[in-house]
Amino acid sequence: MKINRIGYLFKEGVRSIFTHGFMSFASVTVIVACLLIMGTFSLLAVNVDYVIEQLEQENQILAFVDDSLTDEEALALQPRLESVDNVSEVVFVTREEAMELFVEKYEESGSTFEDVTSDFFRNRYIIYLNDISFMSETADSVMDITGVAKVNYHQEISQGFISVRNVVSIISVVLIIILFIVSVFIMANTIKLATYGRREEIAIMKMVGASNFFIRCPFVIEGLLLGIVGGGVAFVLEWLLYAELFGKVSASFIGALISVIPFATLMWPMLAVFIIIGLVVGVFGSNVAIRNYLKV
Amino acid sequence: MVHMNDVCMAYKSSGTHAANGLTLDIDEGEFVFLVGPSGSGKTTIIKLLTGEVRADSGEVNVNGFDMMTIKRRRLPKLRRTLGVIFQDFRLIEDKTVYENVAFAMHVVGASKREIRERVPYVLKLVGLEGRETRLPQELSGGEQQRVAIARAIVNSPRLIIADEPTGNLDPARSLELMLLLQKINELGTTVLVVTHEKELVNAFSRRVISIDAGTVISDGMDGYYAYEN
Repeated sequence: MKINRIGYLFKEGVRSIFTHGFMSFASVTVIVACLLIMGTFSLLAVNVDYVIEQLEQENQILAFVDDSLTDEEALALQPRLESVDNVSEVVFVTREEAMELFVEKYEESGSTFEDVTSDFFRNRYIIYLNDISFMSETADSVMDITGVAKVNYHQEISQGFISVRNVVSIISVVLIIILFIVSVFIMANTIKLATYGRREEIAIMKMVGASNFFIRCPFVIEGLLLGIVGGGVAFVLEWLLYAELFGKVSASFIGALISVIPFATLMWPMLAVFIIIGLVVGVFGSNVAIRNYLKV
Repeated sequence: MVHMNDVCMAYKSSGTHAANGLTLDIDEGEFVFLVGPSGSGKTTIIKLLTGEVRADSGEVNVNGFDMMTIKRRRLPKLRRTLGVIFQDFRLIEDKTVYENVAFAMHVVGASKREIRERVPYVLKLVGLEGRETRLPQELSGGEQQRVAIARAIVNSPRLIIADEPTGNLDPARSLELMLLLQKINELGTTVLVVTHEKELVNAFSRRVISIDAGTVISDGMDGYYAYEN
């Protein structure tokens, strides 16, 4: 294929966007609307997942060190604890630190702790996990380490988080799939409608001996460009919307309880997904839409 | 050039027999009128020649292409050897006169230089000099049909098929148009004009093929007269 011909077909595709301005506008608007709805819901789902993950991380195992061990011997347990599977972080808390934490926690309730000394407390480790669904197995492994006298953890809380997360994940995936199917259907129909008005033009092209490739090419280029523009516009709008909501959530009391993922973290994957969806829908939609008119 | 022998064809959707043992031959360089009443099968003949429909039986050969066995992907190649002109002009509305004609050259992969040289020549030939940048809706019916003729001849086809080309034109413009087709024929292109305009046919001493009910009822130089009787 000559460069000259490719250039002509590309130019025709671009030109067509402007000569059929209203339909181009309608196609882009529908793509933007569908991507915005889908994108907003996906961002919501990602954030819910993130918040649950944060809450999960608060869930920890407490490993109490045997009283017979000296402070140095207790501290020496750290590398062995860190080497246990599923352990992400290990923090050593001395008797004195444990007492301070205890006093801090309960002094507001008016209790007095003059008689309390650090001897009442044990040296301990706070153990954070990678995956809380394996909490009891990890706790068993920690318990097997010589020098660990006892472990404390809340299996039922971790199970609760796991259940909530699973339900949220399933609902999100199902809704996103439904939204995606509906969006593709609406976008393809809009493109089909846009192409319907041009069936006469296609018939003329056929009659002067244009090959299917020659006819299809400008349509596909048009669909591709409209898809990219739709994806880009939807991305910018999503960004503005997210920034606005992010600001509002951070400033409110909810912001003190939970943290929202900054847009910068999600920006590139989201841009890529928007552009790819726009592009696929544009190319696929225009290709399917003109297929019937090519059978002349 | 065009060879049809004992061609039969029925439309599956309606069951109408549009061609019933149709036989005709058109040689290189001829100028032929194809006449007949509405529903006689004129349009079906054009569709058979351009590959829009396929005959059920018989032989159809156009510019060396066997239309009974031609593959769909080969149809563009056949159509590039034809120039088709329609009653309703069928121009692309958002392209200028120049672009409508140049478009047909892009289809066959002509270079920019060839297009720059050929399109003005053809527009001059059909009398549309100075109208290059106009859009179809800015032209009169006669001018629009001239654009359609320019588009049909720009790739130097071997055969021009004109389907009721004067149907939307007044008598004076119709005559001008037929003279233009005659001029194109004199330059070496075979021309087949489908019409039922009696005066126009009789104004030219040309071969007239009359058809009715999907079959040839007369073929000669006697003008519209043969069909009327």
